[in-house]
Amino acid sequence: MSRFGFRLEPRSNLPKWLPWAVPVGSFLAALLVGAIVLFATGQNALSVYGRILDRAFLSEGAFTGTLISATPLLFTGLCAAVAFRIGFFNIGGEGQFVMGAIFGSGIALKLGADAPGILSVSAMVIFGAIGGGLWGLIPGILKAKFRTNEIITSLMLNYVAIVIATYLIFDSNSFWRELTGSGVVFPKGKILPTGSWWPNLDFGSIIVPFGFVLGMVIAGWLYVLQRKTRFGFEMRVVGGAPTTARYAGMKPARIVVAVAALSGALAGLGGAADIGNFRHVLDPKGLQQSGFGYAGIVVAALARLNPVAVVFVAVLLGGITNAGYALRGPDFPSGLVGVLQGLILFCTLGGEVLARYRITRSGRTPVGASVLEAS
Amino acid sequence: MSINDNLFVIIMASAIFYGTPLVFASLGELLAERSGVLNLGVEGMMLLGAVAAAWVSTNVGGPAIVVLPLAIVAAMIAAGLGASIHAFLTITLRVNQIISGLALTIFAGAAGLSSYLAGIWQLGQTPVKQQFGKIDVFGLTDVPVVGPILFHQTLLTYLSWVLVIAASFYLFRTRAGLHLRAVGESPQTADSVGISVSRYRYFHVIFGGSFAGIAGACFSLMIVPTWVDGMTAGQGWIALALVIFGFWRPDLTLLGAYLFGALSSLGLTLQARGIHISTALLTALPYVMTIVVLVVVSNTASRRQLGAPAALGKPYEREER
Repeated sequence: MSRFGFRLEPRSNLPKWLPWAVPVGSFLAALLVGAIVLFATGQNALSVYGRILDRAFLSEGAFTGTLISATPLLFTGLCAAVAFRIGFFNIGGEGQFVMGAIFGSGIALKLGADAPGILSVSAMVIFGAIGGGLWGLIPGILKAKFRTNEIITSLMLNYVAIVIATYLIFDSNSFWRELTGSGVVFPKGKILPTGSWWPNLDFGSIIVPFGFVLGMVIAGWLYVLQRKTRFGFEMRVVGGAPTTARYAGMKPARIVVAVAALSGALAGLGGAADIGNFRHVLDPKGLQQSGFGYAGIVVAALARLNPVAVVFVAVLLGGITNAGYALRGPDFPSGLVGVLQGLILFCTLGGEVLARYRITRSGRTPVGASVLEAS
Repeated sequence: MSINDNLFVIIMASAIFYGTPLVFASLGELLAERSGVLNLGVEGMMLLGAVAAAWVSTNVGGPAIVVLPLAIVAAMIAAGLGASIHAFLTITLRVNQIISGLALTIFAGAAGLSSYLAGIWQLGQTPVKQQFGKIDVFGLTDVPVVGPILFHQTLLTYLSWVLVIAASFYLFRTRAGLHLRAVGESPQTADSVGISVSRYRYFHVIFGGSFAGIAGACFSLMIVPTWVDGMTAGQGWIALALVIFGFWRPDLTLLGAYLFGALSSLGLTLQARGIHISTALLTALPYVMTIVVLVVVSNTASRRQLGAPAALGKPYEREER
């Protein structure tokens, strides 16, 4: 570091404003860098941001759309937050999301139009979680049993899950595929019976999808689980000091498998919620283009892996995603949503370090680590 | 019917053709990892390289002998710039290498900067103007079996062979290569004998990243050859697995790349032969194989014995003396 004329020295006392200042500062910094990218490529950044703000939060019905986009992000954000907390880098939220959508839509179609709504919706919640949980178990078990790198295995399973969904709709006469009417010519999925469509809570100008409410409840439950239970305590020890965990008689492998399944189940719930509240059909192309799984990592990082903060960050990033959909067209630069998400993640990482360390010309060896910093 | 018109020759030839981007990408990642820095941004850097190469090929006039090298250089610069963000965050700020690399892929990847630039530059509507075609080396194309496999490939394939040999020589036969391995194995020791850990890490992360740019250019100038959003389709992630599969050695990584090249092209090859099989399921083959290979490799021996750099993934902080 001395080559650059400065070094990083840890702050001895972490200020109280840190948990707030880092995400807010990082988000603003990302917008600033994004504006530079826009200006550099001949776009009017103010106008682009103005349109995003308008279509995300301000214009009529925009907030409802934002909550619809925020719902899957809320679940994939929780998926990443829970797993990253113990140092299990589950990048497979995308695939677990898709498996949740396949399982969730499958049970709704199986129960059919005659089943009571409450049964169909509950079954979708359970099956979505099972689908995602099973898919999340694979990298978890491989990690625990063979020490296989979970980053690559969970990522590869994303592609496999999308291939399975594509096979079910485009390449086979599966149970999910519409085989009558226009479905004979253009491959598409069966529309779910209306009884299984997830309810919306109507507050007049704002409509809150049931999936979002469910996500908020689960976020609260996870918060309690992590702070107040034995399992949560073990999670923290395994995440912070695996060797200590082993000395203390905990079984890190078992906790890794359990958290992998939980993390996958959360993403799977997101897939079921996306279909139940919004798509009402298994649509492989739509699922693939949405990229909710990867965006969940950004949500979790900006929320500093805190489940309750994930709810708020999901709404914020859901707004950007929703505006990205609404504004898609020749006047709106495609790829901007990903650029902003990537910048937010970069700035969160950098901001975390800059806030925890003082920049000085000389100093002592920094110690201490945060959740987003290398162990 | 020619002796070269059989399934074996076709699969072997396309294994090398489709494996070429994987050779570049995994070789670059190998250099970065040998210095102790894991870079999960390969997929994003490949797409940056692909879009930069497509722009040059479409918009720069002149003969192919000028434009194509220029396109490769542009791809290397674009991907190298992406890698330098990762280098700054992980080496200077010492942030978590995993999340920083992911951020790079999200920032530059399929729904990010590469698609953003392609949209603004209006790429992808037509094939790129200048492409890398297969060449007939020394007129040996018609030699039985080895002709089409080894002597009828594009210049990029031959460039990748040169780089693999050069990288092997560099790593195991030069002083700088020894220093690089020392930095990846034990940065403290390297530092104590006066090797600049951060300089070695910066150089290899950025230079290795520029290889991912060439890998991306393979897609936009050779395989596809035009721009398609997210055209690398996860090959950058497979390249990461290949480094592990190849025990951090350039020669073995090349073999792995061709194995996966064969798997990636199997669907196309069989279809062209009129053999009917679900293409969707064949698409999944390279991804499933990656998992299987990783499990086998991680189970047979510990990572240390396989040659994983001991300091891989760990930031280096100089101790006070």
